[in-house]
Amino acid sequence: MAKWESVASINQTGATIRLPNFCNLGVMLRSLVIVNVLIAAAAVVRTGSYTDFAFEFVTLAALAEPVLLASLLALCAGRRWLHAIGYVPALAALAVFEVAAAWVVTQALGSLIPDRRAESFFNVAFVTLFATGCTLAYFDLRARALTPALAEARIQALQARIRPHFLYNSINAVLGLMRSEPRRAERALEDMADLFRVLMADNRTLAPIADEIELTRQYLAIESLRLGDRLKIAWRLERMPADALVPPLILQPLVENAVYHGIEPSQEGGEIAIEVAREGPEVAVTLTNPFPGEGRHAAGNRMAVANIRERLQLHFDAEASMKAEVRDGVYRTAIRLPYITAAS
Amino acid sequence: MLAEGAVTRILIADDEAPARARLRDLLDECRPEFALAIVDEARNGREALEVVNRERVDVALLDIRMPEMDGLEAARHIAGMAQPPSIIFTTAFDAYAIKAFEVNAIDYLLKPIRRERLLAALRKSRGGSPVSRDALDAAANQPRRHLSVHDRGRIHLVPIADVLYLRAELKYVTVRTAEREHVVEESLTRLEEEFEKAFVRVHRNCLVARSAIAGFERTAGESESGWVVVIRATGEKLPVSRRQSGVVKQFR
Repeated sequence: MAKWESVASINQTGATIRLPNFCNLGVMLRSLVIVNVLIAAAAVVRTGSYTDFAFEFVTLAALAEPVLLASLLALCAGRRWLHAIGYVPALAALAVFEVAAAWVVTQALGSLIPDRRAESFFNVAFVTLFATGCTLAYFDLRARALTPALAEARIQALQARIRPHFLYNSINAVLGLMRSEPRRAERALEDMADLFRVLMADNRTLAPIADEIELTRQYLAIESLRLGDRLKIAWRLERMPADALVPPLILQPLVENAVYHGIEPSQEGGEIAIEVAREGPEVAVTLTNPFPGEGRHAAGNRMAVANIRERLQLHFDAEASMKAEVRDGVYRTAIRLPYITAAS
Repeated sequence: MLAEGAVTRILIADDEAPARARLRDLLDECRPEFALAIVDEARNGREALEVVNRERVDVALLDIRMPEMDGLEAARHIAGMAQPPSIIFTTAFDAYAIKAFEVNAIDYLLKPIRRERLLAALRKSRGGSPVSRDALDAAANQPRRHLSVHDRGRIHLVPIADVLYLRAELKYVTVRTAEREHVVEESLTRLEEEFEKAFVRVHRNCLVARSAIAGFERTAGESESGWVVVIRATGEKLPVSRRQSGVVKQFR
């Protein structure tokens, strides 16, 4: 497990959370937005008219953008080292790097811009550190705001997952088989034990997708006892990268929804198709099930979907997505998340 | 009410085979203390009604969540019979239904069911009066998908989707489908509440299915509002009352 922790740095609780993962696209985008807003604000303060503002903004941006991009690259490349040395030393190292970068950039580019004195070293250092401070303060506040949410999400995950409907129906099915088919009943109890072990585990760190597939298979084995021929399953895993890391319980709750809404309301039943495929830098997980389009919606199901969406966002920010659509009586859920392995 | 010592005839309705097997086992174990016979098994509410039509049933064990027709709707149709069987609901978990059953004093058993509880429920069903239609209606949280016509002890189902309009006569309601007319013992007001999404009132004595409305026509004389509603499929024209004339605007 220890190997993945640097990847899943956002999900750790406590003091280690404070420097965000700058390799994450969402974090980079947020930094870019914050710094550019600050540049615009500086330009407003320094100029009077609109035309002056535009010129000032472009000039400042030309100076600031290279520093910002260099800093982001350095933060991404050096994140393991920065994590290792602790938050305060990491901030000091960052400050030294940025002031140096800013000085180099102003010296190199300042002379290229006509009719303008080179900025004083003090100005450059102050502005750079101010922008860095604002950005990091934002991420620190954001991390603090999300930490309780993460703990909450975990509790919610537990409550949403151990669905009474599934638990009691499964126990009842096992009791029904006990006399006539004791071997199948034993097998079902073993599957349930495995399933509940994962459901009750600490699920904050990423785990290989192969584990999630195995868990989903065990879950479906239990449901097959109850539903018999009504439940048909098609696995499409030829293009699955077995080593891809995903948040645990990202597929099983969706399959549970598919059984509850897609299979159980129909006497003939139907097919649930599960496809996992690597698509370039991403992993695509696609689930389809029949959509009878009626019946009451249990609150627990909406909660499960909201919970998965939330955990995807906590782990991958803007780089992961989840979409659901109904077309021609088929309900289709598609998840895309970045392809990450324990080695990467 | 059954005579002392008579064999109680039981119907099991559940969509899951292991759940039915479990109930069979339990009922077998109740036999030494309670004279019973398992009449048949059903996989959904519709099949349960078929069994009730075919055989004499004293007690129906109905699972709540079943495909095609759930246990609650089946019970509402059964409760309209002249001599309905007792109904015992079974459920693994249904927070809504359980609460509604408590409020309306309807008996239910939680799965997994214990032999002792099943036995107690069976004994109670012999003594008590069957659960009322009103209590079942109050416990239901969604409209039925069928109306039931009771004819010489048999239940005939009319899908709501086939109904063109409902018209109140003196003591009953006429149900009009494209093919024929049926008579049900229901109150038009209650039907209006239950099917408010699919039906619209055009007159004190008439509800028309929204999907059955072909259009409205001006007319002289026979309608107090001056409008009649034209029914798709049959072409019938029904008067719109002055009070309900707002309906015409809704559809134009």
